[in-house]
Formats: sequence, C-alpha cells, structure tokens
Amino acid sequence: MALLEVEDLGVTFHADRDVRAVDGVSFAVDAGKVVGLVGESGCGKSVTSLALIGLLPNQNTKRVRVDGSAKFDGLDLLRADRRTLRDIRGREIAMIFQDPLSSLNPVVPIGVQVAEVLIRHRGIGKHEAERRSAELLDRVGIPDPRRRLKEYPHQLSGGMRQRALIAMAVACRPRLLIADEPTTALDVTIQAQILELLKELVREDGTALIMITHDLGVVAGLCDSVNVLYAGRVVESAGRHELFAHPTHPYTVGLLNSIPRLDALRGEELTPIRGSVRDVLAWSAGCAFAPRCDRAIETCLTGPPSLEGTNHSFRCVNPEVVP
Amino acid sequence: MTPDNLTPEAASGATAPEQRQDESSGLKGLTPKAKKQRLDRLAELAAVHADEKGRSLWAEAFRRVRKNPAAVIGAIVLLLFVLVAIIGPFLVPYSPTSTAWADQVKEGQNIIPGPSSEHWFGLDHNGRDEFSRVIVGARQTLLVGVVATSLGLLVGCLLGGLAGSAYALGGRRGRQVDNAIMRVVDMLLAMPSLLLAVSVAALLGPSLITVMIAVGVISVPVFARLLRGSMIAQGHAEYVTAATALGVRRGRIALGHVLPNSLAPVLVQATLTLATAIIEAAALSFLGLGNPDPAVPEWGVMLTDALTRLEVAPRLTIYPAVGIIITAFGFTLLGEAMREALDPKLRK
Repeated sequence: MALLEVEDLGVTFHADRDVRAVDGVSFAVDAGKVVGLVGESGCGKSVTSLALIGLLPNQNTKRVRVDGSAKFDGLDLLRADRRTLRDIRGREIAMIFQDPLSSLNPVVPIGVQVAEVLIRHRGIGKHEAERRSAELLDRVGIPDPRRRLKEYPHQLSGGMRQRALIAMAVACRPRLLIADEPTTALDVTIQAQILELLKELVREDGTALIMITHDLGVVAGLCDSVNVLYAGRVVESAGRHELFAHPTHPYTVGLLNSIPRLDALRGEELTPIRGSVRDVLAWSAGCAFAPRCDRAIETCLTGPPSLEGTNHSFRCVNPEVVP
Repeated sequence: MTPDNLTPEAASGATAPEQRQDESSGLKGLTPKAKKQRLDRLAELAAVHADEKGRSLWAEAFRRVRKNPAAVIGAIVLLLFVLVAIIGPFLVPYSPTSTAWADQVKEGQNIIPGPSSEHWFGLDHNGRDEFSRVIVGARQTLLVGVVATSLGLLVGCLLGGLAGSAYALGGRRGRQVDNAIMRVVDMLLAMPSLLLAVSVAALLGPSLITVMIAVGVISVPVFARLLRGSMIAQGHAEYVTAATALGVRRGRIALGHVLPNSLAPVLVQATLTLATAIIEAAALSFLGLGNPDPAVPEWGVMLTDALTRLEVAPRLTIYPAVGIIITAFGFTLLGEAMREALDPKLRK
C-alpha cells in the first residue's frame, strides 16, 4: 500500500459563486518516491497540498467543502480531527513553502524556529534542541551553523533561508514532505542546489516527497512520477521518462513547448500556449482546456473526457500521440 | 476575508490632515469611530511594513528615526528630563519641603519674593525654594507617566492580545471571544478620557496611586485595540501558516510568533501615551484628585496651588507648566518620529 493515497480529492470554495478549485484528483505517493504536481498558477496544485494537511483558510467550515479521501498510512487526513492533525503536522508530514522570507518569522532567530519544532514533537529540552538544530542546519548545508542559529531571517541569503526552512521541515524526519514551489523565489543556481538537497534528503531518509511546481525542468530533475493538473483536474499522469518521451495531452505538450531552449536558433519564436488559465470551460460542459487547445475537435465539447490508461493516463479525446 | 475593522476606509481615509495633528495629544477630540480607525490604521501600517523584504523592521525604523531631527531633539529632551528626574533631587540647592524662608513671604501684602541669586525661581507661597521643587517634581511626574502608561500597556495588551489571538487563530469560537472583549473595550474607548479618569479617581479617593490607575485605565482601550488589530493583520502572515504546518501549537504561535511581530505600533503608541499621561496626571492633580501629600512636590499640584496666586506671582504657574509642556513635547516628538519611521507612506 502506498504511503499516501489520495482518492477523488475535491475542494469547493463557497463564495459569491461556488468555485471548484480541485475536482476529483487522485494520486498515490510511495515512501522514498517523488511525485510531481505540475500546472500553471490557479490549476489547483497548492490548494490540493493545503487541503491534505488541513491548512486551507476556513477549512472544515461552511465556506470550504473538501471531499474525497486522503489515506496517509491508513488514516484519512481529510476526516482526522484537529488534534490528530496537529500532531501529524511537522512530525509525519511537513511542508516547505514558496517564499522562504515570508515563511520565516522575521523577529525570531533561526535557531529558535528550528528548535521549536523539535521541542514540540520530540519533547526534548531547550539545550538539546539547540544542539540538534545546529546539526540540522549543518545537514542542509548551512555553513557555520552555531553562529547562524542566532541570526535573524533577514541576515540570511535567499538560498540559506530556504535551507533553514527545509531544516525545520525535516527536523523530525517526517515520512512525507510537501514542497510547494520551493525554488520559485530563488536564483537558478540556488534552485539547483536546493533541488539537489531535497533529492539527497529523500534518498537518505526514505522520505516521500510531493513536489508542487510549474517548472517542468524541476520535474525532469527530481520526480519519479508526474501529475499534470489543469483547472482542478489531473489531465495527464505518467512516470517521468514516459511523460517526457511521450507527452500525450495537448496541455502537457504545450507546457513542454513553452520552455525556452538554450540550443534554439537565434530569433526562433517561443511557442506559448494560447490564452490564459482563465479561459476555461466548466468540466461539465466538455474539456476545460478546449478553448486554448490547437487540437480541439467537436467531440471535446460534448462532455467531460475521462482519464484513460493505467500506467500512463490522460484525459483527452484527441491526444497528440497515442502511447 | 477582511476582518471587519480593517476596512479599506480605515486604511486610506483615516489620516486626514486635520486629524493628524490630534495624534500628538493622543486621541482626544476624535469621535470613537475615528479613534478606532486611527488605531487600526497604525496597526496595519506596521504589519505592511514588516512584510517588506530586506532589513528587519526595527533596524530600518531606527535608522530613519536617527535621521529625523525632530526625533533627535525629542530624544535629547527626554534624556535630560530623565536625568533631572533621577539625579536632580541629589543636586538641588535646598530641600523642596523646607519652609526656612517663610518669613520673606507676606501673603497678606501680596509679597512672594521672585527670582534671586539665592533662589533661582524665587519662593513659593509657603516660602519654599521653587527651583528645588520644580526639579524634584520632575521625578514624580516621570513616575506617574511611566507607571500609568505601563499599567495601561499591561492591561491593554492582555485584553488586546487575548482578543487578537482568539480572532486570528481561534476559528469561530475565537471570533466570539474577540467580539465580547472588544465590545467592552469599545465602551471604554467611547467615554471621554478625562471624564473616565475623574470617575476612577473619585471612586478611589485622591492619592498618587489613584492618579496612576485613572490615567492607566484611559489608555487601556487604546492599547487593546491597537494590539488586536496588529495581531489580526499578522495572523494572515505566511509564517503563521508555515508554523501551523509544522504542528506548532496555537498558543505558542500567538505568543512566540504573532505577538512579537505585532508590538511595533503598540510601542509607538506607548511613547505618545507617555506624553498624554503626564498631561492627564497633571490635570487630575489640578482638579484636586492628585497626591494630597505636600511633602512630595508634583507639577500638577504646584499648578493648583499657584492658580489662586496667579495675580501676585504668575511665574509660579509658569515653571511647572513649562516643565509639563517640555516633557510632553519631547515624548510627542519622539513618538511621532517613530510612527513616521514605521509608516511607508510618509517616508521621504
């Protein structure tokens, strides 16, 4: 059995009109594996991750409805009570956020913030926690950890901050890490270092990792399997090699073509996907991607396409290549 | 999901120029609603500023305060005042209570000797050295100001902190707790401050402690509202989500994360409140609710005593009054400069 099995996860925000941000997303994460959730802004990838650990604003109130199930080692995260969830967060499941500066408390030294997690979940003393915090900072590649412990977030560089945040996340050796665009706010060189670090942590601890990103380069370098999301649904799901070798859904193909290539000829035009993520159709009326799709045919508008295939599944009636 | 009291009007409309002047004298003369908006605005400003990247809020604010000449003047005035209050009583030429020169004062003939080389500020109506009394009175004034403000700060922060953390982290039940606390605070805020102080003082009987409590009570709602607004604004910060995602308990998040980030506007307000507190304390003493003990000179009491002899010796009102004015001025200058340093819109 997989460590985390998400079945039919749906999130609906009840505002002026109901917004179905996530609609029947299913995927599974095995221990030691990296699963990517890929898509543009607004496709529901962050909402998915926040829903899993119960951190959506107003989650479990009338304003937000979460359905489906997410079995983490047998426990349904979506039905777990708050106390259980609070004990799980940070110890069993930890999250790494996009912007390390705003995710760290500006007026609390790094060391205190790391130690806090250890004190909370490991029940160890302050002194012991401090010693282990130094080890953790060392582990995530922060030089001179003893001194850094006493520093404030603004004294650290962007990369160091993200490392500190990762140190906090892995402090209790969680079995599942959720990284929500952990490299988006960083320089390309730092991005590579952070990805390398995550890879190492996954390998050493056997941690499962859900990698949320819009960057297919990150996916190619890190993920074992990939779920491409569009308008709240998985439109294509496959292993990494399979996905890059045989992209099937026109949206995936579009994403791949949108990446500027270093070896492209000068003056060669980029090939973006037309329109924006706001030009969606309701899934009930047909394929949500149809308004932006070059391969759209009449059948696309007759009803929601279903997810076909087992190892390499896709949601399209007129796919690019049949695998 | 904007909290009800952080409406856009509060953010943009609350700093009309004619209102801004009032801020130096605390929040007097404003309608309760304007008061609320003003406090929420200050709370919000600090929150916005903290989100900016780069140096820490305090380092940045301190750097700007130092560049502001008004702040430097204010700080110097305050430093002198504190020095006088602390070491003054050891340096004064005469005992402030000694009536050794009472024979020179002839009240029946309206003679109260004025300044001379022996008595720089002259004598008061009981033949005591006025200069010594003014210097020693500074200590009392500082004491009242600091104790009253601390009292208000403490109680206000308890109430505001409780309400703020309940609202920001407590879900629906928390919002009810917040509502209950804040309605009580709003009632206090709606009452004219001096009237409130007089009521408290009248209840407890005249004494120095009464003045401190009375002046403290009127600053409670100001601090409570300010801290609450600030904490709610901070409650949406990403580091709160991040800490929650690591399983940190809510109480710990409130105390260890949200509170330290919310204190900036409160401390600014505390500086401004010190100025008001000194004035209010003097006013209470002036109204006869202050310390009745003649052995301890206090500027407000000195003013009252001098009032009946205004025609004979107007200078006796001037000395303590100027003392009060300079001190309040110093606190106000510094407080305003600190507020400006935290306000990104007012940056030069």
